[in-house]
Amino acid sequence: MKIQVLGSGCAKCKYLEQHAREAVAELGIQAEVEKVTDIQAIMAMGVMMPPALAIDGVVKSSGRVLTKEQVSEIITRQAK
Amino acid sequence: MWQRAVDWLVYGQLGLSAGAPLGSALDFFIYDTAKIFFLLVVIIFAIALLRSYFPAEKTKKVLEKVPESLGNVLAALLGVVTPFCSCSAVPLFIGFIEAGIPLGVTFSFLVSAPMVNEVALIMLWGLFGWRIALLYIGSGLVVAILSGLVIGRLKLEKWVEEHVYRIHSGEAVIETLTWKDRLQYAWGYVGEIVGKVWPYVLVGIAIGGLMHGYAPADFLVKYAGPSVWYAVPLAVLIGVPLYSNAAGVIPIVKVLMEKGMAMGTSLAFMMAVTALSLPEAILLRKVLKPRLLAIYFGVVAIGIMLTGYLFNAVLR
Repeated sequence: MKIQVLGSGCAKCKYLEQHAREAVAELGIQAEVEKVTDIQAIMAMGVMMPPALAIDGVVKSSGRVLTKEQVSEIITRQAK
Repeated sequence: MWQRAVDWLVYGQLGLSAGAPLGSALDFFIYDTAKIFFLLVVIIFAIALLRSYFPAEKTKKVLEKVPESLGNVLAALLGVVTPFCSCSAVPLFIGFIEAGIPLGVTFSFLVSAPMVNEVALIMLWGLFGWRIALLYIGSGLVVAILSGLVIGRLKLEKWVEEHVYRIHSGEAVIETLTWKDRLQYAWGYVGEIVGKVWPYVLVGIAIGGLMHGYAPADFLVKYAGPSVWYAVPLAVLIGVPLYSNAAGVIPIVKVLMEKGMAMGTSLAFMMAVTALSLPEAILLRKVLKPRLLAIYFGVVAIGIMLTGYLFNAVLR
C-alpha cells in the first residue's frame, strides 16, 4: 500500500504526515508513506485544498487534517 | 450580564475605583477578553461546520458554469464560505484558471476569501456591534467584486506565469462527509484558529485597554479625524505588513476610533490588514508575473481607499 500526503509544506501538511505515519505504525502494516510537495503533481491529482491524503493514487480526503484514528479507518477500509 | 460580572470583580472584589485609569483599563481588558474568546470558540465552530459544506472543488464547479459578470458576484460570496488559508491560494488560483474560470472572477475570490474572514468578523461584532460588522462584510464584498471586474477588463491573462496554463489537473474528488467528520473538522478548526490567534488577541486587547484608560480622549482627531485627507492611504500602508494579525489589530482600532480616528479610515485600515498580505504576495509570485501582482495589489488598495473616503464622507 502506498500512502501519499499531498501538501506544499505548511504546518497542517506536516501534522497530517505525522498522523499518517503514526497510523501505519500502529496498524503494523506494510505501507510506504510518501510526501508530495510538487504543486504540479498535487494539481494533477485534482487537489486544490492541501493537505490531502491519497492511497494507491486515489485521493481520499482533502482540506482537512485527519486525526490518526481517521487515517487508520481509511486504511482499514481500503485494505478490505 | 457580562459587564456586571466584570464590574463586580474589578470594582467590587479588587476594590479598584471605576474612575481611575487602572480600574477602567483592567475592566476593559477582562470584559473584552472573556467576550471575544467566547465568540471565537462558538462562531468559529459554527462557521467551520458551514464551511464543510462548501469545499473548494464545489466552488470551482459552480464558477465554471456562470457568465463572467455573475461570476464576480458569486466568487466574492463563495469566498466568504469556502475554507481558505494563504497556503491554498496558489493551488486554488491554478485550479480556477485551469478550469477556464476568467481571471477577473478568480481575483474576486482571492480578494474576498481572506478579507471577509471569520476572525475579523467576530472581533468586529464583539467589539463594535453587528452594524459595523455588516458594514465591513458589505464593503469587503463590493471591493472584491469591483477589483475582479476591473482586473477582468484589463485583459491581463498574458501576465500569468506560462506554466500555470500547462498544468492539467485531474478530476477533483468531492468526498462525502459524515456528521462525525464535520464535527471533528469543526473542532479541529477551532483549535487551529484559536491556538494561532490567542496571543494577538490578548496583546491587542491589553494595548487597547491601556490606551483606553490612559490616553486622553480625542487626541487622534487632529491626525486621523475625518478631515485629514492623507489618513486613509497612510492607514492602508501601515495595514499591509500587519497580515494575519486582524485579531490583534481590531481591539487597537476600537480604541483608536474612541480617540478620534474616523470610521472610514478605521475600516480601510482593517481591510488592508486582512486583504493585502506580503506573505501571500510572495506565494502568488509563483503564478503571477510581477506586473500582474502589482496591478492586483494596486487595484485592491485603491478599492479599499475609496471605501475609506466614502465612509468618512458619509458617516460624519
